[in-house]
Amino acid sequence: MSMPAERVADTAEAEGEEVRVPGRWSGVLYEVLRTPRVLFGAALLLALVIAAWVGPLLSPWDFAETDIIARREPPSAEHWFGTDSIGRDTFTQTMVGLQKSIIIGLLAAILTTAIAAVVGAFAGYFLGATDRVLMWITDLALVLPNFLILAILYPALRGKGWLVFVILLAALAWMVTAKMVRGMTISLKEREYVLAARYMGVSHHRIIFRHILPNMSSLLIVDATINVSAAIIAETSLSYFGFGVQPPDVSLGSLIADGSTQSLAFPWTFWFCTGLLVVLVMAVNLIGDGLRDALDPQSKRRS
Amino acid sequence: MGKFLVRRFISYLVLIFLASSFAYLLAAATLSPRTNFDQLQPRPSQEAIEKELDKLNLNDNTPIAQRYGTWVRDLVLHGDFGQTIDDQSVNEAVARKAGVTLRLIIVGTGLGCSVGVAIGAYSAVKQYRGFDKAATAAAFFVLAVPTVVIAVSMREAARWFNDVTGVRFFEYGGEYTAGLDAGFWGTLADRLQHGILPTLTLALALFAAFSRYQRNMMLDVLGSDFVRTAMAKGLTRRAALLKHALRTALIPTITYFTFTFGILLAGTTFTEKIYGWHGMGAWVVDSITQNDVNAVAAVTFFMAVCVMAASFLSDILYAWLDPRVRVS
Repeated sequence: MSMPAERVADTAEAEGEEVRVPGRWSGVLYEVLRTPRVLFGAALLLALVIAAWVGPLLSPWDFAETDIIARREPPSAEHWFGTDSIGRDTFTQTMVGLQKSIIIGLLAAILTTAIAAVVGAFAGYFLGATDRVLMWITDLALVLPNFLILAILYPALRGKGWLVFVILLAALAWMVTAKMVRGMTISLKEREYVLAARYMGVSHHRIIFRHILPNMSSLLIVDATINVSAAIIAETSLSYFGFGVQPPDVSLGSLIADGSTQSLAFPWTFWFCTGLLVVLVMAVNLIGDGLRDALDPQSKRRS
Repeated sequence: MGKFLVRRFISYLVLIFLASSFAYLLAAATLSPRTNFDQLQPRPSQEAIEKELDKLNLNDNTPIAQRYGTWVRDLVLHGDFGQTIDDQSVNEAVARKAGVTLRLIIVGTGLGCSVGVAIGAYSAVKQYRGFDKAATAAAFFVLAVPTVVIAVSMREAARWFNDVTGVRFFEYGGEYTAGLDAGFWGTLADRLQHGILPTLTLALALFAAFSRYQRNMMLDVLGSDFVRTAMAKGLTRRAALLKHALRTALIPTITYFTFTFGILLAGTTFTEKIYGWHGMGAWVVDSITQNDVNAVAAVTFFMAVCVMAASFLSDILYAWLDPRVRVS
C-alpha cells in the first residue's frame, strides 16, 4: 500500500521542484487528474446527482401526486418515464429514489470506513488484549452474513426512518477494512515519526488520529469509495425484500421491487430505475478502481 | 499442520455457537410471534394463546434469558432446534431445505469461481488484448448489478423468451415440476431447465468478482523472477504459467474466497426467493416476516456452518498450494 508522504516526495523530485514541498493532497490530485477513469466516473456521478436533485424540480408532477386518469401509462410528453399502477409519475419517483440511494450509499460508506479505521488502528496500535478483543469481535461479525442481521433487525427499525438503517448498514460492514487497517497500523507504528512523536510525549490517541490514520488516507479513501457501491447494492437488495427503506420513503431498491413483477407488460416501471442503479454503481466503481490505481503504486502496472 | 487444522476447527465450533446464539437473542428480542396468534380469525382465547406460545418457547412474557436457556438446552442435549411457528419440527424442515441450498451453492460456486479464475488468469496473460478488454468490461458491468437485479432481469428475459418462442424452455418457478413422472432423463432435463437460471445468477456475480481479482493477482506474479527462471530452465510457457505463476497467484484468491462467501450466501437467499426455490435462504426471509424465531436461529446456524466450512476448505486449499504452511 502507498505511503503518500514518500510518493509526494518522489513526484516532487521527478518534476525538479526543490523549493516548495507539495502537501499531501497535491500529489494525489495530480495522480487522480491523470486517471481518465476517475474523471469519467466522477462526471457520471455528478450528472446523476444533478439529475436526482434538479429533476424533481423540473418535473410537472409532485412526489406524492397521483394522476388518476393515467395509470400505467407509457412514457409521454406529460409523464417522461410513464406512470405506475396508481398513477404516480415514474420520473419523479425514480429521481427521489435515486436521491435516497445516493445519500444512503455515501453516508453508510463514510461511517463504515470511519468505524473500520478506528477499530483497526486501535487494535493494531495497542495490540495485546485490545487487539484480541477487537479482532475477536471482527471475526464473529464476519461469520454472520450481515444481510441476515439487518433482516432480523428490520421489525425493530420499522418506522424509525432511513437514518437508523444507514447506521446499521455501516455497523455491519466494517470488518474486512478493519483487518486491513490493523495490518497497516502494525507496520506504520514502527516508523520513525511515530516513535519520535511518542518520545515527545504525544498521547496515544493523538498519535493514532494525527500520525497513523492520515498516513493511510489513500487506503481509506479508496476503501470508502468501494464501500459506497457495496452500501448501495446492500440497500437495494434489502429494500427489494422490504427489509430496507420503508414507505413513504422510496429508494431504487423499493422501486425495482415494485416494477419487477410487471416488467414485461409495463417495462418503464422497471427498466428506468434498474438502469440508473447500474449506472450509479458503475460510476462509483470506476472512481474507486481508478483511485486505487492512482494511489497505490503497486497496482499501477495492472491498469 | 494437523494440529493447526484441529485448533482452527475448535475455534470454528465456538464461533458457530456464538453466532447462532447472537442471532437467536436478536430474533427473540425483535420478532413478536404473539401477533401471529392475535391476528387469527377467530381470535383464540388468551389462555390458548399463552399455552401455545409456552409450548413453542416463544412466549414474550417469559424472560429472554430463560427462553434462551431452554433453546440452548434442547440444542445441546438433543440437537433439537425446536418447533416452527406452525408447530412443525425445525429439524425436519432443515433436513428438507438444506439440500436445496447446498446444491445451488456448490454448483454455482464451483462454476463461477473456476470460470472466473480461468478467465482472470487468461486475461492477465493477454493483458490489453481484445480478450482482456472484453472480459474486463463484462466484469465491470456485472459488478455494478446487484444479484437481485441479475436474478429479476434473467427471470424477465426468460419469460420474454418463452413468450416469443412459444416453448417453455426456461422454468423460473421452483426447483422441479411437482409430481413429474418422466423417468430418469426426463427428471434430469426438468431439473436442468429449472436450475440453469438460478445457478447462472449466482455464477455470474462470482465470475465477475473472481476474474477481476485473479487478473490483478496474476499480473503481480507474471513479472516475477521465479516465472522467468522456470521458463529459462526449459519449461514450456504453458507449464511455467500454470504450475508456477497461477499456483502462486491462487493463494490470495483463496483468502478472498473466504471473505466473499458471506456475500454469496446473501446472493443465494435472493436467488432462491426470486426463483421460488424452497431452500434455507427463502425460508429465512419468510420466517422473519412470520416472526418465526426458532427457524431464524436454525438458518443462522446453517449459514454460520457454511461460512466456516468455506473457511475450512480455504485453509486446506491454502495448505495444499503453499508448501510453507505444511512445513511449519
